Amino acid sequence: MNWAYFWSLFSISLHAMVPITLTAVGEVIGESAGLFNIGLEGILLLSAFTGTLGARTGGPLVGLLLGLATGMGIGFMFGLICAYWKGSQMVAGVGINLFALGFVAFGLQVLGSPGFYTVPRAAQLPPIRTPVGAFSPLIPVALLLPFLIHGILNHTRAGLRIKAVGENPEAADVAGIPVELTQLLSTMAGAALAGLAGAYMSVSWLGSVTKEISAGRGFISLATVVFSGLRPLLALAGGLLFGFFESLATWIQSLPGVKETVPWQFISMIPYVATLLVVAGAIGRVRFPKALGVPYRRE
Amino acid sequence: MSWAWRGLRPILESILAGAIGLGAGALIMWAWGYNPWPAYAALFRESFGSSYGLAGALANATPLILTALTFAVGARAGLFIIGAEGMLYMGALSAVALSFARLPSGLHTLVALLCAAAGGVLWSLVPALLRAYRGVHEVISTIMFNWLSHFLAFYLVANVLVDPVRAEKTLSVARTSRLPLLIRGTDLSLGIAVAVVLAALVYLFLWHTVTGYELRAAGANPHAARYAGVSPQRTVLLVFALGGAAAGLAGAVEVMGRPPTFAVYSGLTNIAGFGFDGIGVAMIGRIHPLGIIPASVFYGGLQAGARLMQMEAGVPFEMVRAVQGVIVLALALPELTRMFKVFLRTWRARRSAA
Repeated sequence: MNWAYFWSLFSISLHAMVPITLTAVGEVIGESAGLFNIGLEGILLLSAFTGTLGARTGGPLVGLLLGLATGMGIGFMFGLICAYWKGSQMVAGVGINLFALGFVAFGLQVLGSPGFYTVPRAAQLPPIRTPVGAFSPLIPVALLLPFLIHGILNHTRAGLRIKAVGENPEAADVAGIPVELTQLLSTMAGAALAGLAGAYMSVSWLGSVTKEISAGRGFISLATVVFSGLRPLLALAGGLLFGFFESLATWIQSLPGVKETVPWQFISMIPYVATLLVVAGAIGRVRFPKALGVPYRRE
Repeated sequence: MSWAWRGLRPILESILAGAIGLGAGALIMWAWGYNPWPAYAALFRESFGSSYGLAGALANATPLILTALTFAVGARAGLFIIGAEGMLYMGALSAVALSFARLPSGLHTLVALLCAAAGGVLWSLVPALLRAYRGVHEVISTIMFNWLSHFLAFYLVANVLVDPVRAEKTLSVARTSRLPLLIRGTDLSLGIAVAVVLAALVYLFLWHTVTGYELRAAGANPHAARYAGVSPQRTVLLVFALGGAAAGLAGAVEVMGRPPTFAVYSGLTNIAGFGFDGIGVAMIGRIHPLGIIPASVFYGGLQAGARLMQMEAGVPFEMVRAVQGVIVLALALPELTRMFKVFLRTWRARRSAA
C-alpha cells in the first residue's frame, strides 16, 4: 500500500463528484422554485448520448454545449407541462426517464454499436495536465458553481424571487412575481446543469456512452438534494461524499487480493447503500419549501 | 353525460396519448432515416394480425400486468413505488432456487409462486420500513434497491444458481414447477391467468373492502385519512407488501412459464426492464387494476411486434420504449382532453366554414 493508491482514490473521487454535484445543484434551483424533477436520470442519459453526437461532429465543446442544450430542452418541456399546464411532476418525470431509456438504446443501435459507443479520442475534452495527474476542466467548474448559485439564491433579487415562488406561490403572485415563468426558468436552469453533467460523463470523464451510463446518478443527485436541504454548498458536500463512495467501490476493486476474496458485485453496492444510509440519517433535519411538488393554481 | 364522460374520459385520454406516442415514434424513425410506415405495418401485423402473434402479445403482457399492479396499488395510496424491477429479480431467482425442492407437479408450482411472492415482499421490506418510520422518499429508496438487486442478481446468477453445463444461464426451473402452456407452440402460459386473477382481486380489494377504501383515502388526502384513524404506517407497509408480492410473481411467471429455457440469463437480459415498463403500463391503464390489463396487452403487443419490425424494417426494437415514454409524458398533461376538445371544435368550425 503506497501513496499512489490513495492519490488515485482522491483523483477518481474528484471526477465522480462532478456529475452528482452539477445535477444536484441544478435540482436545488428547480426545487427552490417548487418543481420536483425525478426525470434527472433520463436527462443525464439523454445528454450523455447527444453530447457524444455533438463531440463527434464538432469537437468536445460542441458536445458539452449540445448536452447542456438537451437538458435545457427537456427542462423547457418539463416546465411547460408542470408549471404552465399544471401536469403531474411525478408522471412527467417518469415519462422523461422511460423515453431516455428507449431513445438512447435505440440511438446506440443506430450508431451501429449495440449498447456501447466509444467517443473518438480527438472528440474527447482534453484534460488539464498537472504535475500530480490529469484532471477534467469541469472539476473546478463543479467546485465553484455551488458558491455562485449559493450567492444567486440568497443574495440577489432573482434568487429571492425563486425561493418566494417555491415557498408561497400565492404571496409571490400577489407581489407581482410571475410564478409560472419563474418556475419554468428555474427548472430549465437545473435541467441544463444535469445536461452538462451527462455530457461531461461521456465526453470528458468516461470517454464512452452506454445504456447504463447514468447508473442511478440522477436519483443519487435527488438524494443529495434531500441531504442538502436545498442549500447549494451542502449539495457540493453531498456530491463530494457520494463521489467518494463511488470511487471507493472502484478503488477497492483495484486493490491487490480483493478481487479474489470479495465478489465485485458486493463492492459495487457501496454507493447505493451509502446513499440509503445518508438519506435515512438526513431526514428530519432538513426542511423543504412548502409548495414543493404542488402545482400552483390561481384562485 | 357527465357520468359517462367520467368513465370514458380516462380511456379517451389513454388512446389519444397512445396516438401521440406512436406519432412521436414515427417522427424519431423518420429523423434517423427510416421509413415509419413499413416499420409500423410490420409491428402491428406481427402483434395483432394473427392468433399466434396475439398469443405472443398476451405472453408479454403477463409480467407487465403484475409489475403494473405494483405501481398502481402504490399510486392509489399516494406512494410512488418504482422498485418493481428489483423485486421482480428476487421473485425470478426465488422461483429458480425452488427448483432444488422435490415436490409433486402442481404443488411444486404453487409453492414456487408463493416463495417468489415472498421474495418480492422481503425485498420491498426495507424501503417500506424506511418510508413508514424514517420518511425516506420511496422514489430514492426503491431505486437504490433496484441497483442493489441488480448486483445481487448478477452474483446469484453467476455464482450460486448457475447451470453447470451452460454458464450463460441459471439452472432451468424444474419440470414439476413449470406453468403449463395454454397454446402449444407459443409462449402463452397459465401465468396470464395468475396475472388477470390477481388484477381482479386487487380491484375487489381496493374498491369493495374497508381496508382498500382506507388505502385509497390515504392516497387521495393523507391528512383527512389520518384524522379518520387510518394509520399511515400500516398503509405504507400493506401497499409495499402487496406490490412486492405482485412484482415477485411477475419474475416467477417469466421464468416458470417462458419456453424454451425456463431460466434467467446472465446479464438478466430476459427479465430486465419489465419493472420499469410496468410503470408506463400502469399509467396507460390509468392506475386502475382492470385498466392495466388492456394496457399491458397493448404494450406487450408493441414489444412482440418490435422484434419483427427490427428484422423487416431494420428499426431497433428499443424504439417502442421511447414511444412508451412519450405516451407517459402525454398522460402527464391534464389538459389533454381539453386540447382534444378544442382541436375537435376548431376542426369542425373549419370544415363548416369551407
